Amino acid sequence: MATATFRIWRGDRERGALQDYTTEVSEGMVVLDAMHKIQAEQANDLALRWNCKAGKCGSCSAEINGLPKLMCMTRLNTLRLDQPVTVEPMRAFPPIRDLVTDVSWNFRVKKGIKKFKPRPPDAPDGTWRMAQQDIDRVQEFRKCIECFLCQDVCHVLREHHHFDDFAGPRFFVHVAALEMHPLDVEDRVAELNQAHGIGYCNITTCCRKICPENITITENAIIPLKERVVDQFYDPLSRLFRVFRSRKSGRPDTPPGLKEDTHAGVKAAVQGGHSRSAGTR
Amino acid sequence: MPEYQTHPYDVLVIGAGGAGLRAAIEASSMGVSVGVICKSLLGKAHTVMAEGGIAAAMGNVDDRDNWKVHFADTMRGGQYLNNWRMAELHAKEAPDTVRELEAWGALFDRTKDGRILQRNFGGHKYPRLAHVGDRTGLEMIRTLQDHGIHQGIEVHMESTVLRLLTDDGRVTGAFAYDRERGRFLMFPAKAVILATGGIGRAYKITSNSWEYTGDGDALAYEAGAALIDMEFVQFHPTGMVWPPSVCGILVTEGVRGEGGVLRNKEGRRFMFDDIPELYRAQTADNEEEGWRYTQGDKDARRPPELLTRDHIARCIVREIKEGRGSPHGGVFLDISWIKERLPKAAEHIQKKLPSMYHQFKQLADIDITKEPMEVGPTTHYMMGGVQVDGDTQMSTVPGLYAAGECAAGLHGANRLGGNSLSDLLVFGKRAGRYAACFAKEHGDGRIDQGEVGQAAAAALAPFERRAAERNNGSEGPYQIQQKLQEIMQELVGIVRTESEMKQALAEIERLRERASRVAVEGNREYNNGWHTALDLPNLLMVSEAITRAAIEREESRGAHFREDRPSRSAEFGKFNIVVRKGSSGQMQVSRQPIPEMPPELKQTIEEMK
Repeated sequence: MATATFRIWRGDRERGALQDYTTEVSEGMVVLDAMHKIQAEQANDLALRWNCKAGKCGSCSAEINGLPKLMCMTRLNTLRLDQPVTVEPMRAFPPIRDLVTDVSWNFRVKKGIKKFKPRPPDAPDGTWRMAQQDIDRVQEFRKCIECFLCQDVCHVLREHHHFDDFAGPRFFVHVAALEMHPLDVEDRVAELNQAHGIGYCNITTCCRKICPENITITENAIIPLKERVVDQFYDPLSRLFRVFRSRKSGRPDTPPGLKEDTHAGVKAAVQGGHSRSAGTR
Repeated sequence: MPEYQTHPYDVLVIGAGGAGLRAAIEASSMGVSVGVICKSLLGKAHTVMAEGGIAAAMGNVDDRDNWKVHFADTMRGGQYLNNWRMAELHAKEAPDTVRELEAWGALFDRTKDGRILQRNFGGHKYPRLAHVGDRTGLEMIRTLQDHGIHQGIEVHMESTVLRLLTDDGRVTGAFAYDRERGRFLMFPAKAVILATGGIGRAYKITSNSWEYTGDGDALAYEAGAALIDMEFVQFHPTGMVWPPSVCGILVTEGVRGEGGVLRNKEGRRFMFDDIPELYRAQTADNEEEGWRYTQGDKDARRPPELLTRDHIARCIVREIKEGRGSPHGGVFLDISWIKERLPKAAEHIQKKLPSMYHQFKQLADIDITKEPMEVGPTTHYMMGGVQVDGDTQMSTVPGLYAAGECAAGLHGANRLGGNSLSDLLVFGKRAGRYAACFAKEHGDGRIDQGEVGQAAAAALAPFERRAAERNNGSEGPYQIQQKLQEIMQELVGIVRTESEMKQALAEIERLRERASRVAVEGNREYNNGWHTALDLPNLLMVSEAITRAAIEREESRGAHFREDRPSRSAEFGKFNIVVRKGSSGQMQVSRQPIPEMPPELKQTIEEMK
């Protein structure tokens, strides 16, 4: 039987290092199988997360040969086995142990997003009517399995650590699912602009490229949300209108918390966004 | 005295799948404080894997459907061992709980007139399953999760309950440990709801994840509660069989609901060969009629591929045993053939069964729009579990409730596909409501520090042994778990005999002895090996209960098939088998008569025959 070597990051909150494990591999195996085999036979205390083993729960996120992937959906026959396969935890989040990272920040961010608020029911029996074509695009967003790989790969979080003022691609997809839900009447655009810092996203599309559910994160979720932010806060005409209104009501005319570089990001996004989504508007 | 952090709640929910979350939402809406404790991260529980849909007689697609038909279907599927009160409440309340999900943001697939679309499924007379493609469970758990986090419920993720605490026969809380740091946690609670799911990890070939180790059953058993129907383990007929590493992963029944057919290596649709008497009148006797049924023809009867899971699993085993299986030891499930009937069939399949398409493409290099899948039975669901009151979901221990898969009663001898998600909603909600009522009516219980000390010592023992017994025959936990899985698969699987099951009991006893000497490496922080060691007693207890109950039931019924007792016995249809812990610590098995069904329910069953 063939063997392969896995170079696994082992460590805790403070320190760690890559360690080599060689194990037998067989046809059809995925990286998670190899981790389980090593765990059962060589390293009983190897820490990793997994549940469904079928790409449905989003628990076994890791960086395999440097690429963010689900371990359960990465077949060994897609990797070169004549050299060690590197398996590391998601690097954007604080390490806990081995392949397990502290992703609790994501759960806190979600709690800060305004919940679904439906319009009054359409029918006397308390139900609604929606056409399939009107929910298709939201159903795409609701495929998200919360593996947080998009968060891991996003440079705003990974390189620039904007954990305090940026929600990340996962939660733009979440907000998009709520904002484009045919029944929802809540308004989350102001938060997108401020607390969730959507302007930091400069649409490098890294998140969309690695999404294991193939959600078109950038084009279908983030850019339309950026457009809503621009419509509401940066449209020259409505801005002029707001100047007049604010003179009467005494409100400031620029939204707080906006930085110069963020603004540039939004502009870039808008230019890209209009050309791509023109047909859908 | 062990060190621990204390988190008191009025209601403690153990498990954060569909039942646990629905229970927590309901309890919290009644104004009591609610804590949820779950073994994984929030939103990763097994509910997320449910594919086909939620059974609810809304009648959106076929207006002949109503609760009575659903009730009769459920009872027939369960071979009349069901708790009829639960089957009645379930059929009546499921539609409202589905509509509730929609009000919380769930987006089900739609009918042409904009209502919730419903699909065909095995054992359901009419199209009844509200669904979202083949990822209904994800939609459900995400909806409950996103609704629940705004309700003031506290969630303790990646924590595991070691023991339920009792005082004077009543539950008073739970003692647990958190995985991240390995610290002990104390949850004093006025009422506790078990929503821990199933037992699939007792078997080698399973669609279940590492979490499904029968924790709820074992915790309840140790606390003195009765378990029933433990002999009924559902083997889903269609799991993946190849490649070996994905063996057991589920292939949704939705494939057959959309027109998929089962064939042996000779190309024969073998399901037409054996249609049980109970279903003959409602089953198509030719391929043409079966196809028309899947395409919504109301006058057609359903194809035999949509018979109940127990029956199909056995037919598949028969084909394989008699040498007509597929190359990797399964049979063929083919949805690609519908291209003969439908234009744009490939697109249709990808739209209706997207995750099946990806699963096979990525894991087995099979394009299901072009070629058949290979499938075989996989351990899927536990019909048995904690015995509960049909209305309140309270177990035989005051203050202890159970809902979802770890509770028993609704499904009897065999569960219909789709009835699980609705079970979670209907009885999760009921458990939440009645547990909250119980908490309001009762004060705090006393925490028995003796029990706590024992639980802590037992949990830490694998570390102590590491030093003391390293050279004295101690071993790691994974090998024992694997051995147990092999024994249960081989000896207490789809086809059972008394002699094999007695052999299994002896093996389980030997494994229990080995488990008592398990040692683990490393420290207490996020130690999967330690956790696996702590799972062993639960898995062993559940395996013993399944085996003993299966020996006691000397007949074949539903999911329980005995080669040495191949027919159904009217006598055995009159009672459930109960397992509880005897005063000497031995497992006791007894028979409990099924209460008489009220005349109006009897009449409903007659009308629907």
